[in-house]
Amino acid sequence: MEKNFNLEIISPEKILLSEKVNSVIIPSFEGEMTILADHIPLITFLRPGIARVEGSKESKYFIEEGTVEFSNNTLIILSSTIIPLENIKSENISKMIEESKSQLNEEKLSDKAKYIASHKIDTLSKISQ
Amino acid sequence: MPSLDDLRKRISSVKSTQKITKAMKMVAAAKLRKAQEMAEKGRPYSDKMDVIIQNLSKAINDPSNAPRLLVGTGEDKTHLCVVMTADRGLCGGFNTNICKLARKYFNVAIKSSKNLKIITVGTKGLDQLKRDYGKYIIKRINLKDKKKLTFLDAENIGKQIVDLFKNKEFDKCFIFYNKFKNVISQIPQQQQVIPAKLENTDKKDEEKSSYEFEPEEDEILEDLLPKNISTQIFKAFLENSASEQGSRMTAMDNATRNAGDLVDKLTINYNRSRQAAITKELIEIISGAESL
Repeated sequence: MEKNFNLEIISPEKILLSEKVNSVIIPSFEGEMTILADHIPLITFLRPGIARVEGSKESKYFIEEGTVEFSNNTLIILSSTIIPLENIKSENISKMIEESKSQLNEEKLSDKAKYIASHKIDTLSKISQ
Repeated sequence: MPSLDDLRKRISSVKSTQKITKAMKMVAAAKLRKAQEMAEKGRPYSDKMDVIIQNLSKAINDPSNAPRLLVGTGEDKTHLCVVMTADRGLCGGFNTNICKLARKYFNVAIKSSKNLKIITVGTKGLDQLKRDYGKYIIKRINLKDKKKLTFLDAENIGKQIVDLFKNKEFDKCFIFYNKFKNVISQIPQQQQVIPAKLENTDKKDEEKSSYEFEPEEDEILEDLLPKNISTQIFKAFLENSASEQGSRMTAMDNATRNAGDLVDKLTINYNRSRQAAITKELIEIISGAESL
């Protein structure tokens, strides 16, 4: 049997999800990362992307930013902008892409902000397909 | 002695006031339940955020390289105070208590010749503070037309504070708000947000370095600390709104009871004077009949 661990997804408003899962793929700032049970303690933060949760059922979330901690077989995802993928409306996506694109065109943008914005566009256009 | 008519008018006016306070109490009670629920739901986020920051800051060995938001500028000249109050009155001592605490602190800060900068959130606090401390107020944030406070609002304020800090406008930042203990007691709080105040937990060294960080610790902190400030402000929002409703509920409950007492007293007065008028008339009739 596959080992499982606790996943808690918390937004400032409420606890979105708290259950036992087998694996979680998170869009960490430096690349995608799969977390399985007994991972070593880890703290990292996220870039825009899709988090895939595999447990009793599979679910996907769109994340813009967030912080992740794994310790004692508990994965905590703190994010103020996390939406289940099926709840995103397609018209919102195109609006968000537009916004990020106009952000990218601003000159004084830092490299980090550019990196984040371009990832946001990538992810969103992938979703809309 | 007021006339019967006056008394009757006063009784009906007090009664309608009582109706209003009663309705306000009911509304506050309903809103309180919602606000309390939100405050409770919001707690895990800020708690977990605290834990992560604690773990991160433990991993930082060289404080001179650590982000400024964590360790401060090393100076203690200018204090920024964010006073968070409600936009509406009629909630007992809610706004006054926050302002009282803030005033006390302002006076201490001014006496020890610190530069003072104030940001007010909510209109009631501004009204109370602008007379004495108007020249220190650098920003007035008004959330009156917002029906529901979201994390975005908190994030906005957080960003403004962080920007001010980056421009070296202040060295320390405090927020003032009411902490919701229960319906009848709310405790005004002063909380330091910049530099982040860490509780000194005595944990063993082996736990210190057990985390893997990706990217580097200070990079994560750089990202996390501004978020933490927004989180703290959001927490203060939630606590504040629960406190406001709780405080209003108690205040309105008291007002309803006082109005009831007043109505009783006035009714007794009214009956007495009515009886006195009747007795007077009777005496007049009897003595008139006797003299015949």
